[in-house]
Amino acid sequence: MIGRKGAFHDLSWRLPAPGGGALAVWRRNLLVWRKMMGASLLFNFGEPLIYLVGLGYGLGMFIGEMGGLPYRTFLATGLLASSSMTTASMEGSYSVYTRMVPQQTYDGMLATPLEVDDIVAGEMMWCATKGLISSAAILLVAVLLGAIDSWQALWCLPAFMLVGLCFAGPALLVASLARSWDIFAYYVTLAITPMFIFCGVFYPTSSLPGGVQDVVGILPLTHAVALIRPLAAGLPLDHVALHVAVLSAYALLGFYLAAVLTRRRLIA
Amino acid sequence: MHSPDPVILARGLCKNFNGLAAVRGIDLDVRRGVCFGLLGPNGAGKTTTLKMFLGQCHKSGGELRVLGMAMPQQGRKIRRRMGVVPQADNLDPDFTVYENLLVYASYFGIARPLARERIDELLDFVGLSDRAATHIGELSGGMKRRLSVARALINDPELLILDEPTTGLDPQVRHLLWTRLRELKRSGKTLLLTTHYMEEAERLCDELAIMDHGRIIAQGSPRAVIRQFVEPDVIEIQGCPPPLHAGLTAANAGRLEIFGETTYVYTADAQALALCLKQSPEISYLHRPANLEDVFLKLTGRDLRE
Ligand SMILES: Nc1ncnc2c1ncn2[C@@H]1O[C@H](COP(=O)(O)OP(=O)(O)O)[C@@H](O)[C@H]1O
Ligand SMILES: [Mg+2]
Repeated sequence: MIGRKGAFHDLSWRLPAPGGGALAVWRRNLLVWRKMMGASLLFNFGEPLIYLVGLGYGLGMFIGEMGGLPYRTFLATGLLASSSMTTASMEGSYSVYTRMVPQQTYDGMLATPLEVDDIVAGEMMWCATKGLISSAAILLVAVLLGAIDSWQALWCLPAFMLVGLCFAGPALLVASLARSWDIFAYYVTLAITPMFIFCGVFYPTSSLPGGVQDVVGILPLTHAVALIRPLAAGLPLDHVALHVAVLSAYALLGFYLAAVLTRRRLIA
Repeated sequence: MHSPDPVILARGLCKNFNGLAAVRGIDLDVRRGVCFGLLGPNGAGKTTTLKMFLGQCHKSGGELRVLGMAMPQQGRKIRRRMGVVPQADNLDPDFTVYENLLVYASYFGIARPLARERIDELLDFVGLSDRAATHIGELSGGMKRRLSVARALINDPELLILDEPTTGLDPQVRHLLWTRLRELKRSGKTLLLTTHYMEEAERLCDELAIMDHGRIIAQGSPRAVIRQFVEPDVIEIQGCPPPLHAGLTAANAGRLEIFGETTYVYTADAQALALCLKQSPEISYLHRPANLEDVFLKLTGRDLRE
């Protein structure tokens, strides 16, 4: 007998083993994105332009320098990190849930050689790709506005991908648990927005009280900002290994749990 | 190289959903090249059974081999050679008809040029060639169903699984699908379908199994199943008056079943009874050969499900 009791319980906790099919899932999403590329890019370029011109110049007049950088550069380099976070988080929660539940896109995929692991891996890569697109757009805007002028900033591109993966994992995890869209409002309000405000995008985390700093220090966006800001501003880097390790840990743990829970959800 | 195994072999297959036994130990052999029908009232466990065959639902017990390979261990390989039309269409609403097929082909790793060739053939096969650029949201129910069938054929599968392919369709679309399914069978594919329509099963299926409450309660060719479970003829009498009913019972005319206004007489000797009924012109009756629906109702009862 193959189906001993509990045998498949073990199966569902096994490590994910995605295959080449993940690329097909990623390409499916790229194809959808390309159909609405105009609107997406307008948003990707328009929003940072407003932030950088409005806040960067407006606040910059009063603030002058922050953390040794002109304020608009400080802000631009912070937004580079937070934009990958926001974009990957939205795609990994709202959009993935939409494909999983109302659209049943994954049920269709699961009637092909694709497995849940392929879907989760492909979605994760896609979330990171969208994060990369949005942050790269900001980079371009910041360069055109003269807020960033170092060639070192090109190293940001792989960093954006890593930041995207870091936030895609937890977002997919939330989506795999969601029973409706409501939970994503909690996720944004309780996790994403606080990070956006506290993790060093608008001011250095060193200006926060000690206890708060300790908490903020374990949040992924803090490490994303700490990695990307010096890269983009052409400053010397420090603790690169630590930041990469923390971001990777969130990505991998998120991926693992999302794969396990999505398997349970899609395979009865 | 084809294995001599049946395309589907299930032994003692079970599925429990947190204590609810949806499938309770079924044995099934689907031979290569046949059209096999799985019949049963709502909630009988048909969809659950099909989902185990394609790996979207893990069995709780028993043995299952599909295309000669163990399910779910070899799921990827099995699904490469299988096509599925799900009970509820799950076409990709972000794409047009053509893109749906192109993207689905990519899940099988089919190269673009081959995919495009197949898509043209398949759209023609299901009569959607002029709809290639239409968005899914603008298709009628029948068109979606036909597109689902085309999508299930994109990998030229050996085994095609269809869960209620014709439910809710108008007669034109049903007949088109029947024609297409027969063509597929003639081309050597194995078909496994579920349906509520007994006349559909009688027309299409070489073999069938009737399921109820998670068990298979009858199995065989439609003819054989009818022969095994019901008398060859049925006489339906509308508003059978009590004296006639008493007479039928006394004369041992056949097995009587009353449902609403209608009395069904299942009998091996319909000739004599019909002759007798003809003498009372005020009684309206219908004489017909027994069919699969009679078997189905006898085995699963006339009570409403759900
Ligand atoms: N994912 C599930 N979780 C819990 N119960 C389920 C699930 N899927 C099906 N069932 C139950 O299993 C039984 C069989 O359902 P199903 O296989 O869909 O029947 P059919 O397709 O013959 O109408 C029903 O009682 C149904 O409610
Ligand atoms: Mg069903």
